[in-house]
Amino acid sequence: MNLEDVVKGLEKGNRRALARAITYVENDYPEGKEIMKRIFKKTGNAHVVGITGFPGVGKSTTVSKLVQKFRERGKKVGVVAVDPGSPFTGGALLGDRLRMEGLDVSKNLWLDPDVFFRSMSSRGRAGGLAWKTGDVIRLLDAFGFDIILVETVGAGQSEVDIVEVADTSIVIMMPEMGDDIQINKAGILEIGDVYVVNKADLGGAEKTVKWLKSMIMMDQEAVEILGKTTHADELAVQSGEIFERMRRGRDWIPPIITTVADRGEGIDELVDAIERHFSHLISSGKLKERRVRRISREVFSIITEEIRSILIHDRGEDFRRVVEMVVNNEIDPHTAAEKMIRELRANS
Amino acid sequence: MALDRKIRVLVAKVGLDGHDRGAKVVARFLRDAGFEVIYTGLHRTPEEVAMAAVQEDVDVVGISLHSGAHMALVPKVMKYIEEYGGDLSEMVILVGGIVPEDDIKRLMEMGVDSVFIPGTPIERIIDFIKKRVPEKKRIKKERA
Repeated sequence: MNLEDVVKGLEKGNRRALARAITYVENDYPEGKEIMKRIFKKTGNAHVVGITGFPGVGKSTTVSKLVQKFRERGKKVGVVAVDPGSPFTGGALLGDRLRMEGLDVSKNLWLDPDVFFRSMSSRGRAGGLAWKTGDVIRLLDAFGFDIILVETVGAGQSEVDIVEVADTSIVIMMPEMGDDIQINKAGILEIGDVYVVNKADLGGAEKTVKWLKSMIMMDQEAVEILGKTTHADELAVQSGEIFERMRRGRDWIPPIITTVADRGEGIDELVDAIERHFSHLISSGKLKERRVRRISREVFSIITEEIRSILIHDRGEDFRRVVEMVVNNEIDPHTAAEKMIRELRANS
Repeated sequence: MALDRKIRVLVAKVGLDGHDRGAKVVARFLRDAGFEVIYTGLHRTPEEVAMAAVQEDVDVVGISLHSGAHMALVPKVMKYIEEYGGDLSEMVILVGGIVPEDDIKRLMEMGVDSVFIPGTPIERIIDFIKKRVPEKKRIKKERA
Protein backbone atom coordinates (compact mmCIF):
# COMPACT_ATOMS: atom_id res chain seq x y z
CA MET A 1 0.00 0.00 0.00
CA ASN A 2 1.52 3.32 -0.99
CA LEU A 3 0.76 6.72 0.44
CA GLU A 4 -2.13 7.47 -1.91
CA ASP A 5 -3.75 4.08 -1.29
CA VAL A 6 -3.55 4.64 2.43
CA VAL A 7 -5.00 8.15 2.36
CA LYS A 8 -7.82 7.05 0.05
CA GLY A 9 -8.43 3.97 2.15
CA LEU A 10 -8.65 6.07 5.30
CA GLU A 11 -11.30 8.24 3.68
CA LYS A 12 -13.28 5.18 2.68
CA GLY A 13 -13.10 3.68 6.17
CA ASN A 14 -10.76 0.86 5.19
CA ARG A 15 -9.35 -0.83 8.32
CA ARG A 16 -6.32 -2.17 6.50
CA ALA A 17 -5.40 1.38 5.42
CA LEU A 18 -5.74 2.53 9.02
CA ALA A 19 -3.49 -0.32 10.20
CA ARG A 20 -0.84 0.55 7.62
CA ALA A 21 -1.09 4.29 8.38
CA ILE A 22 -0.34 3.51 12.03
CA THR A 23 2.71 1.48 11.00
CA TYR A 24 4.01 4.40 8.93
CA VAL A 25 3.44 6.85 11.74
CA GLU A 26 4.77 4.61 14.50
CA ASN A 27 8.02 4.06 12.63
CA ASP A 28 8.46 7.69 11.67
CA TYR A 29 8.40 7.05 7.93
CA PRO A 30 8.10 10.12 5.70
CA GLU A 31 4.72 8.74 4.57
CA GLY A 32 3.57 8.98 8.18
CA LYS A 33 4.20 12.69 8.40
CA GLU A 34 2.42 13.26 5.09
CA ILE A 35 -0.61 11.23 6.21
CA MET A 36 -0.80 13.22 9.44
CA LYS A 37 -0.81 16.45 7.48
CA ARG A 38 -3.56 15.28 5.19
CA ILE A 39 -5.92 13.93 7.82
CA PHE A 40 -5.50 16.72 10.35
CA LYS A 41 -8.64 18.63 9.32
CA LYS A 42 -10.75 15.61 10.22
CA THR A 43 -9.51 15.33 13.78
CA GLY A 44 -10.78 16.81 17.02
CA ASN A 45 -14.10 15.03 17.31
CA ALA A 46 -13.29 12.02 19.45
CA HIS A 47 -13.36 11.80 23.23
CA VAL A 48 -9.94 10.50 24.25
CA VAL A 49 -10.05 8.49 27.46
CA GLY A 50 -6.79 7.47 29.12
CA ILE A 51 -6.57 4.45 31.39
CA THR A 52 -3.60 4.14 33.68
CA GLY A 53 -2.58 2.42 36.88
CA PHE A 54 0.01 0.09 38.32
CA PRO A 55 0.74 -3.25 36.58
CA GLY A 56 -1.86 -5.91 37.19
CA VAL A 57 -4.67 -3.74 38.57
CA GLY A 58 -6.92 -4.68 35.65
CA LYS A 59 -6.45 -1.96 33.06
CA SER A 60 -6.85 -4.22 30.02
CA THR A 61 -9.81 -6.04 31.50
CA THR A 62 -11.47 -2.72 32.30
CA VAL A 63 -10.74 -1.49 28.78
CA SER A 64 -12.38 -4.53 27.23
CA LYS A 65 -15.52 -4.04 29.31
CA LEU A 66 -15.56 -0.32 28.48
CA VAL A 67 -15.38 -1.17 24.79
CA GLN A 68 -18.43 -3.35 25.17
CA LYS A 69 -20.44 -0.76 27.12
CA PHE A 70 -19.61 2.07 24.76
CA ARG A 71 -20.62 -0.14 21.84
CA GLU A 72 -23.93 -0.84 23.58
CA ARG A 73 -24.40 2.91 23.75
CA GLY A 74 -23.85 3.17 20.01
CA LYS A 75 -20.33 4.58 20.08
CA LYS A 76 -17.55 3.52 17.75
CA VAL A 77 -14.49 2.66 19.78
CA GLY A 78 -10.79 2.72 18.96
CA VAL A 79 -8.22 1.33 21.38
CA VAL A 80 -4.50 2.01 21.63
CA ALA A 81 -2.86 -0.26 24.17
CA VAL A 82 0.74 0.40 25.08
CA ASP A 83 2.94 -2.22 26.70
CA PRO A 84 6.60 -1.87 27.60
CA GLY A 85 9.26 -2.39 24.98
CA SER A 86 12.61 -3.56 26.25
CA PRO A 87 15.30 -0.90 26.53
CA PHE A 88 17.78 -3.81 26.24
CA THR A 89 16.67 -5.89 23.25
CA GLY A 90 14.04 -3.60 21.72
CA GLY A 91 11.58 -6.48 21.87
CA ALA A 92 8.16 -6.42 23.46
CA LEU A 93 5.44 -8.80 24.54
CA LEU A 94 2.19 -6.98 23.87
CA GLY A 95 -0.41 -8.69 26.00
CA ASP A 96 -3.34 -6.30 26.23
CA ARG A 97 -5.31 -7.54 23.24
CA LEU A 98 -5.79 -10.99 24.71
CA ARG A 99 -7.99 -9.54 27.48
CA MET A 100 -10.49 -8.32 24.90
CA GLU A 101 -13.40 -10.37 26.06
CA GLY A 102 -16.88 -8.94 26.36
CA LEU A 103 -19.48 -10.25 28.75
CA ASP A 104 -21.90 -10.96 25.97
CA VAL A 105 -20.77 -13.95 23.88
CA SER A 106 -23.10 -12.98 21.06
CA LYS A 107 -21.15 -9.77 20.51
CA ASN A 108 -17.62 -10.43 19.36
CA LEU A 109 -15.43 -7.40 20.06
CA TRP A 110 -12.60 -8.76 17.91
CA LEU A 111 -14.79 -8.81 14.80
CA ASP A 112 -16.97 -5.79 15.46
CA PRO A 113 -16.44 -3.45 12.49
CA ASP A 114 -16.83 -0.46 14.81
CA VAL A 115 -14.00 -1.53 17.09
CA PHE A 116 -10.34 -1.16 16.19
CA PHE A 117 -7.62 -2.35 18.53
CA ARG A 118 -3.94 -1.59 18.13
CA SER A 119 -1.12 -2.73 20.41
CA MET A 120 1.95 -0.53 20.67
CA SER A 121 5.35 -0.99 22.25
CA SER A 122 6.66 1.89 24.34
CA ARG A 123 10.03 1.11 22.72
CA GLY A 124 11.93 1.82 25.88
CA ARG A 125 10.41 5.23 26.44
CA ALA A 126 9.54 6.27 29.99
CA GLY A 127 6.31 8.08 30.78
CA GLY A 128 3.83 5.30 30.10
CA LEU A 129 3.15 5.87 26.41
CA ALA A 130 4.89 5.25 23.10
CA TRP A 131 6.53 8.18 21.35
CA LYS A 132 3.91 8.29 18.60
CA THR A 133 0.81 7.56 20.66
CA GLY A 134 -0.52 11.08 20.08
CA ASP A 135 -0.41 10.68 16.31
CA VAL A 136 -1.99 7.24 16.44
CA ILE A 137 -4.86 8.71 18.49
CA ARG A 138 -5.29 11.37 15.80
CA LEU A 139 -5.47 8.70 13.10
CA LEU A 140 -8.23 6.89 14.99
CA ASP A 141 -9.95 10.22 15.54
CA ALA A 142 -9.86 11.10 11.84
CA PHE A 143 -11.11 7.61 11.00
CA GLY A 144 -14.31 8.41 12.87
CA PHE A 145 -14.13 6.71 16.24
CA ASP A 146 -16.25 8.46 18.87
CA ILE A 147 -14.32 7.13 21.83
CA ILE A 148 -10.61 6.40 21.85
CA LEU A 149 -9.38 4.41 24.82
CA VAL A 150 -5.67 4.72 25.49
CA GLU A 151 -4.19 2.19 27.86
CA THR A 152 -0.77 3.02 29.27
CA VAL A 153 1.91 0.56 30.25
CA GLY A 154 1.59 -0.59 33.83
CA ALA A 155 2.58 2.72 35.32
CA GLY A 156 4.91 3.51 38.15
CA GLN A 157 4.33 6.44 40.44
CA SER A 158 5.54 9.13 38.10
CA GLU A 159 4.39 7.98 34.68
CA VAL A 160 1.89 10.67 33.88
CA ASP A 161 2.26 11.25 30.12
CA ILE A 162 -1.33 10.14 29.66
CA VAL A 163 -2.59 13.60 30.67
CA GLU A 164 -0.81 14.95 27.62
CA VAL A 165 -3.04 12.99 25.25
CA ALA A 166 -6.28 12.24 27.10
CA ASP A 167 -9.31 14.44 27.65
CA THR A 168 -10.35 12.23 30.54
CA SER A 169 -7.79 10.33 32.62
CA ILE A 170 -8.84 7.30 34.61
CA VAL A 171 -6.54 6.00 37.32
CA ILE A 172 -7.21 2.42 38.37
CA MET A 173 -6.24 1.18 41.83
CA MET A 174 -6.97 -2.01 43.68
CA PRO A 175 -7.23 -2.88 47.38
CA GLU A 176 -4.11 -3.30 49.48
CA MET A 177 -1.87 -1.21 47.28
CA GLY A 178 -0.58 0.82 50.15
CA ASP A 179 -1.88 3.08 52.87
CA ASP A 180 -2.99 6.72 52.85
CA ILE A 181 0.61 7.91 52.61
CA GLN A 182 1.08 6.00 49.36
CA ILE A 183 -2.15 7.47 48.05
CA ASN A 184 -1.07 11.01 48.88
CA LYS A 185 2.25 10.72 47.07
CA ALA A 186 2.78 12.95 44.11
CA GLY A 187 2.52 11.71 40.56
CA ILE A 188 0.02 9.31 39.14
CA LEU A 189 -2.57 9.88 41.85
CA GLU A 190 -2.75 13.56 41.05
CA ILE A 191 -3.94 13.09 37.50
CA GLY A 192 -7.24 11.24 37.79
CA ASP A 193 -10.44 12.79 36.49
CA VAL A 194 -12.06 9.55 37.58
CA TYR A 195 -10.64 7.02 40.05
CA VAL A 196 -11.45 3.34 39.98
CA VAL A 197 -10.93 0.79 42.72
CA ASN A 198 -10.97 -2.47 40.80
CA LYS A 199 -11.06 -6.01 42.24
CA ALA A 200 -13.44 -4.59 44.83
CA ASP A 201 -14.49 -8.12 45.71
CA LEU A 202 -11.15 -8.52 47.46
CA GLY A 203 -11.08 -7.31 51.05
CA GLY A 204 -9.99 -3.78 51.85
CA ALA A 205 -11.67 -1.94 49.00
CA GLU A 206 -13.56 0.40 51.38
CA LYS A 207 -10.28 1.49 52.92
CA THR A 208 -8.80 2.34 49.54
CA VAL A 209 -11.94 4.27 48.62
CA LYS A 210 -11.82 6.18 51.90
CA TRP A 211 -8.19 7.15 51.43
CA LEU A 212 -8.79 8.22 47.86
CA LYS A 213 -11.68 10.38 49.01
CA SER A 214 -9.65 12.18 51.61
CA MET A 215 -6.82 12.62 49.12
CA ILE A 216 -9.17 14.29 46.66
CA MET A 217 -10.72 16.51 49.33
CA MET A 218 -7.32 17.80 50.32
CA ASP A 219 -6.96 19.32 46.92
CA GLN A 220 -4.66 22.27 47.21
CA GLU A 221 -7.02 24.68 45.58
CA ALA A 222 -9.73 24.00 48.12
CA VAL A 223 -7.33 24.38 51.01
CA GLU A 224 -6.03 27.68 49.66
CA ILE A 225 -9.45 29.19 49.20
CA LEU A 226 -10.66 28.06 52.61
CA GLY A 227 -7.45 29.30 54.22
CA LYS A 228 -8.02 32.75 52.85
CA THR A 229 -11.53 33.00 54.21
CA THR A 230 -11.08 35.25 57.25
CA HIS A 231 -13.51 37.60 58.98
CA ALA A 232 -12.50 40.24 56.53
CA ASP A 233 -13.93 38.05 53.82
CA GLU A 234 -17.24 37.80 55.61
CA LEU A 235 -18.97 40.05 53.17
CA ALA A 236 -17.66 38.06 50.30
CA VAL A 237 -18.82 34.90 52.02
CA GLN A 238 -22.27 36.34 52.59
CA SER A 239 -22.57 37.51 49.06
CA GLY A 240 -21.63 34.00 48.00
CA GLU A 241 -18.59 35.22 46.15
CA ILE A 242 -16.22 32.87 47.98
CA PHE A 243 -18.40 29.89 47.28
CA GLU A 244 -18.66 31.01 43.73
CA ARG A 245 -14.89 31.09 43.58
CA MET A 246 -14.68 27.64 45.15
CA ARG A 247 -17.22 26.25 42.78
CA ARG A 248 -15.36 27.68 39.86
CA GLY A 249 -12.10 26.22 41.05
CA ARG A 250 -13.59 22.89 42.02
CA ASP A 251 -16.36 22.32 39.56
CA TRP A 252 -15.26 18.75 38.97
CA ILE A 253 -14.77 16.50 41.94
CA PRO A 254 -13.24 13.24 40.67
CA PRO A 255 -15.65 10.41 41.40
CA ILE A 256 -14.43 7.10 42.80
CA ILE A 257 -15.98 4.06 41.18
CA THR A 258 -15.63 0.56 42.60
CA THR A 259 -15.55 -2.22 40.03
CA VAL A 260 -15.03 -5.91 39.55
CA ALA A 261 -14.03 -5.57 35.94
CA ASP A 262 -13.86 -9.21 34.90
CA ARG A 263 -17.49 -9.64 35.98
CA GLY A 264 -18.49 -6.29 34.51
CA GLU A 265 -19.57 -4.89 37.87
CA GLY A 266 -19.45 -1.10 38.15
CA ILE A 267 -18.68 -0.61 34.47
CA ASP A 268 -21.99 1.15 33.74
CA GLU A 269 -21.22 3.61 36.54
CA LEU A 270 -17.74 4.10 35.13
CA VAL A 271 -19.06 4.83 31.65
CA ASP A 272 -21.56 7.30 33.16
CA ALA A 273 -18.73 9.05 35.01
CA ILE A 274 -16.63 9.24 31.83
CA GLU A 275 -19.52 10.74 29.88
CA ARG A 276 -20.31 13.19 32.71
CA HIS A 277 -16.70 14.31 32.74
CA PHE A 278 -16.75 14.95 29.01
CA SER A 279 -19.91 17.07 29.30
CA HIS A 280 -18.24 18.95 32.12
CA LEU A 281 -15.15 19.58 29.99
CA ILE A 282 -17.29 20.99 27.22
CA SER A 283 -19.60 23.14 29.36
CA SER A 284 -16.78 24.54 31.48
CA GLY A 285 -14.61 25.37 28.50
CA LYS A 286 -11.90 23.11 29.88
CA LEU A 287 -11.84 20.88 26.85
CA LYS A 288 -10.56 23.72 24.76
CA GLU A 289 -8.13 24.74 27.50
CA ARG A 290 -6.71 21.22 27.72
CA ARG A 291 -6.42 20.88 23.98
CA VAL A 292 -4.68 24.24 23.64
CA ARG A 293 -2.18 23.12 26.27
CA ARG A 294 -1.70 19.80 24.54
CA ILE A 295 -1.20 21.29 21.10
CA SER A 296 1.26 23.89 22.41
CA ARG A 297 3.29 21.09 23.95
CA GLU A 298 3.11 19.09 20.76
CA VAL A 299 4.18 21.92 18.46
CA PHE A 300 6.88 22.81 20.96
CA SER A 301 8.28 19.29 20.91
CA ILE A 302 8.19 19.13 17.10
CA ILE A 303 10.14 22.40 16.97
CA THR A 304 12.75 21.26 19.49
CA GLU A 305 13.06 18.00 17.55
CA GLU A 306 13.65 20.01 14.35
CA ILE A 307 16.28 22.15 16.03
CA ARG A 308 17.99 19.03 17.29
CA SER A 309 18.06 17.64 13.81
CA ILE A 310 19.45 20.93 12.45
CA LEU A 311 22.25 20.82 15.02
CA ILE A 312 23.01 17.19 14.26
CA HIS A 313 22.74 17.31 10.47
CA ASP A 314 22.55 20.68 8.66
CA ARG A 315 24.79 22.58 11.08
CA GLY A 316 26.63 19.60 12.48
CA GLU A 317 30.02 21.07 11.70
CA ASP A 318 29.33 24.39 13.46
CA PHE A 319 27.92 22.50 16.39
CA ARG A 320 30.96 20.27 16.72
CA ARG A 321 33.17 23.35 16.45
CA VAL A 322 31.63 25.07 19.50
CA VAL A 323 31.71 21.78 21.41
CA GLU A 324 35.39 21.54 20.55
CA MET A 325 35.91 25.03 21.98
CA VAL A 326 34.40 23.93 25.27
CA VAL A 327 36.52 20.78 25.27
CA ASN A 328 39.62 22.96 24.80
CA ASN A 329 38.59 25.14 27.71
CA GLU A 330 38.26 28.18 25.44
CA ILE A 331 34.66 28.90 26.41
CA ASP A 332 32.11 27.49 28.85
CA PRO A 333 29.02 25.49 27.79
CA HIS A 334 26.59 28.40 28.34
CA THR A 335 28.62 30.73 26.17
CA ALA A 336 28.92 27.97 23.59
CA ALA A 337 25.15 27.54 23.48
CA GLU A 338 24.58 31.29 23.22
CA LYS A 339 27.11 31.49 20.41
CA MET A 340 25.43 28.66 18.52
CA ILE A 341 21.98 30.22 18.92
CA ARG A 342 23.28 33.58 17.72
CA GLU A 343 24.69 31.90 14.64
CA LEU A 344 21.44 30.05 13.95
CA ARG A 345 19.48 33.29 14.26
CA ALA A 346 21.86 35.18 12.00
CA ASN A 347 21.50 32.52 9.35
CA SER A 348 17.74 32.28 9.36
CA MET B 1 18.65 -6.82 3.82
CA ALA B 2 17.25 -6.07 7.22
CA LEU B 3 13.96 -4.32 7.83
CA ASP B 4 14.34 -0.70 8.96
CA ARG B 5 11.86 -1.15 11.78
CA LYS B 6 10.80 -3.65 14.41
CA ILE B 7 9.31 -6.87 13.10
CA ARG B 8 5.81 -7.44 14.48
CA VAL B 9 4.68 -10.99 15.14
CA LEU B 10 1.23 -12.27 16.06
CA VAL B 11 1.42 -15.48 18.09
CA ALA B 12 -1.99 -17.11 17.84
CA LYS B 13 -3.76 -20.01 19.45
CA VAL B 14 -6.69 -21.09 17.37
CA GLY B 15 -9.55 -23.46 18.03
CA LEU B 16 -10.26 -25.88 20.85
CA ASP B 17 -6.73 -26.37 22.08
CA GLY B 18 -5.73 -25.47 25.60
CA HIS B 19 -2.00 -26.04 25.29
CA ASP B 20 -0.28 -22.70 25.17
CA ARG B 21 2.93 -23.37 27.07
CA GLY B 22 4.76 -23.69 23.75
CA ALA B 23 3.20 -20.55 22.30
CA LYS B 24 4.09 -18.57 25.42
CA VAL B 25 7.68 -19.81 25.40
CA VAL B 26 8.05 -18.94 21.72
CA ALA B 27 6.47 -15.51 22.33
CA ARG B 28 8.92 -14.86 25.13
CA PHE B 29 11.98 -15.84 23.09
CA LEU B 30 10.82 -13.81 20.10
CA ARG B 31 10.52 -10.85 22.45
CA ASP B 32 14.11 -11.37 23.56
CA ALA B 33 15.15 -11.55 19.92
CA GLY B 34 13.93 -7.97 19.57
CA PHE B 35 10.56 -8.57 17.91
CA GLU B 36 7.28 -6.95 18.95
CA VAL B 37 5.09 -9.89 19.82
CA ILE B 38 1.34 -9.81 20.24
CA TYR B 39 -0.19 -12.86 21.87
CA THR B 40 -3.87 -13.60 21.19
CA GLY B 41 -4.60 -15.81 24.17
CA LEU B 42 -6.37 -19.17 23.92
CA HIS B 43 -9.36 -20.38 21.92
CA ARG B 44 -9.48 -17.78 19.18
CA THR B 45 -11.44 -18.39 16.02
CA PRO B 46 -9.74 -18.15 12.60
CA GLU B 47 -11.70 -14.95 11.97
CA GLU B 48 -10.42 -13.36 15.20
CA VAL B 49 -6.82 -14.28 14.45
CA ALA B 50 -7.13 -12.90 10.91
CA MET B 51 -8.72 -9.65 12.09
CA ALA B 52 -6.02 -9.18 14.72
CA ALA B 53 -3.33 -9.77 12.08
CA VAL B 54 -4.84 -7.05 9.87
CA GLN B 55 -5.46 -4.47 12.61
CA GLU B 56 -2.06 -4.97 14.20
CA ASP B 57 -0.41 -4.87 10.75
CA VAL B 58 1.94 -7.70 11.66
CA ASP B 59 4.72 -9.04 9.47
CA VAL B 60 4.41 -12.58 10.79
CA VAL B 61 1.48 -14.71 11.92
CA GLY B 62 2.55 -17.75 13.95
CA ILE B 63 -0.27 -20.20 14.50
CA SER B 64 0.22 -22.73 17.26
CA LEU B 65 -1.83 -25.91 17.19
CA HIS B 66 -1.66 -29.17 19.08
CA SER B 67 -5.20 -30.26 18.38
CA GLY B 68 -4.60 -31.91 15.03
CA ALA B 69 -7.01 -29.50 13.37
CA HIS B 70 -4.31 -27.65 11.44
CA MET B 71 -5.55 -28.70 8.01
CA ALA B 72 -8.95 -27.24 8.79
CA LEU B 73 -7.95 -24.11 10.71
CA VAL B 74 -4.76 -22.80 9.08
CA PRO B 75 -6.29 -22.36 5.59
CA LYS B 76 -9.23 -20.61 7.22
CA VAL B 77 -6.99 -18.09 8.98
CA MET B 78 -5.29 -17.39 5.66
CA LYS B 79 -8.58 -17.05 3.82
CA TYR B 80 -9.94 -14.54 6.33
CA ILE B 81 -6.74 -12.49 6.33
CA GLU B 82 -7.29 -11.87 2.63
CA GLU B 83 -10.98 -11.32 3.15
CA TYR B 84 -10.29 -8.59 5.72
CA GLY B 85 -7.93 -6.83 3.35
CA GLY B 86 -4.65 -8.33 4.53
CA ASP B 87 -1.96 -9.16 2.01
CA LEU B 88 -0.57 -12.68 2.25
CA SER B 89 2.08 -11.89 -0.33
CA GLU B 90 3.92 -9.78 2.24
CA MET B 91 2.92 -11.61 5.42
CA VAL B 92 4.90 -14.57 6.69
CA ILE B 93 2.68 -17.43 7.87
CA LEU B 94 4.19 -19.92 10.30
CA VAL B 95 2.67 -22.97 11.91
CA GLY B 96 3.96 -24.53 15.09
CA GLY B 97 2.88 -27.72 16.77
CA ILE B 98 2.36 -31.39 16.19
CA VAL B 99 2.01 -31.66 12.43
CA PRO B 100 2.66 -34.91 10.47
CA GLU B 101 5.12 -34.77 7.59
CA ASP B 102 2.52 -35.18 4.83
CA ASP B 103 0.54 -32.31 6.24
CA ILE B 104 3.63 -30.11 6.40
CA LYS B 105 4.01 -30.56 2.67
CA ARG B 106 0.38 -29.75 2.05
CA LEU B 107 0.46 -26.67 4.28
CA MET B 108 3.53 -25.36 2.48
CA GLU B 109 1.75 -25.87 -0.83
CA MET B 110 -1.10 -23.75 0.50
CA GLY B 111 1.32 -20.90 1.11
CA VAL B 112 2.49 -21.48 4.67
CA ASP B 113 6.10 -20.28 4.85
CA SER B 114 7.31 -22.83 7.35
CA VAL B 115 6.14 -25.39 9.88
CA PHE B 116 8.03 -25.90 13.13
CA ILE B 117 7.48 -29.16 14.98
CA PRO B 118 8.22 -29.87 18.66
CA GLY B 119 11.95 -29.87 19.36
CA THR B 120 12.77 -27.09 16.90
CA PRO B 121 15.57 -24.95 18.32
CA ILE B 122 14.25 -21.44 18.94
CA GLU B 123 17.16 -19.91 17.00
CA ARG B 124 15.87 -21.60 13.88
CA ILE B 125 12.54 -19.84 14.20
CA ILE B 126 14.21 -16.49 14.91
CA ASP B 127 16.64 -16.81 11.99
CA PHE B 128 13.85 -17.87 9.68
CA ILE B 129 11.76 -14.80 10.58
CA LYS B 130 14.71 -12.44 10.23
CA LYS B 131 15.46 -13.79 6.78
CA ARG B 132 12.00 -14.42 5.44
CA VAL B 133 10.25 -11.15 6.37
CA PRO B 134 12.46 -8.80 4.34
CA GLU B 135 12.75 -11.38 1.58
CA LYS B 136 8.99 -11.55 1.11
CA LYS B 137 8.61 -7.78 1.13
CA ARG B 138 11.39 -7.47 -1.44
CA ILE B 139 9.80 -10.04 -3.75
CA LYS B 140 6.53 -8.17 -3.50
CA LYS B 141 8.19 -4.89 -4.37
CA GLU B 142 9.95 -6.39 -7.36
CA ARG B 143 6.71 -7.76 -8.72
CA ALA B 144 4.94 -4.44 -8.28
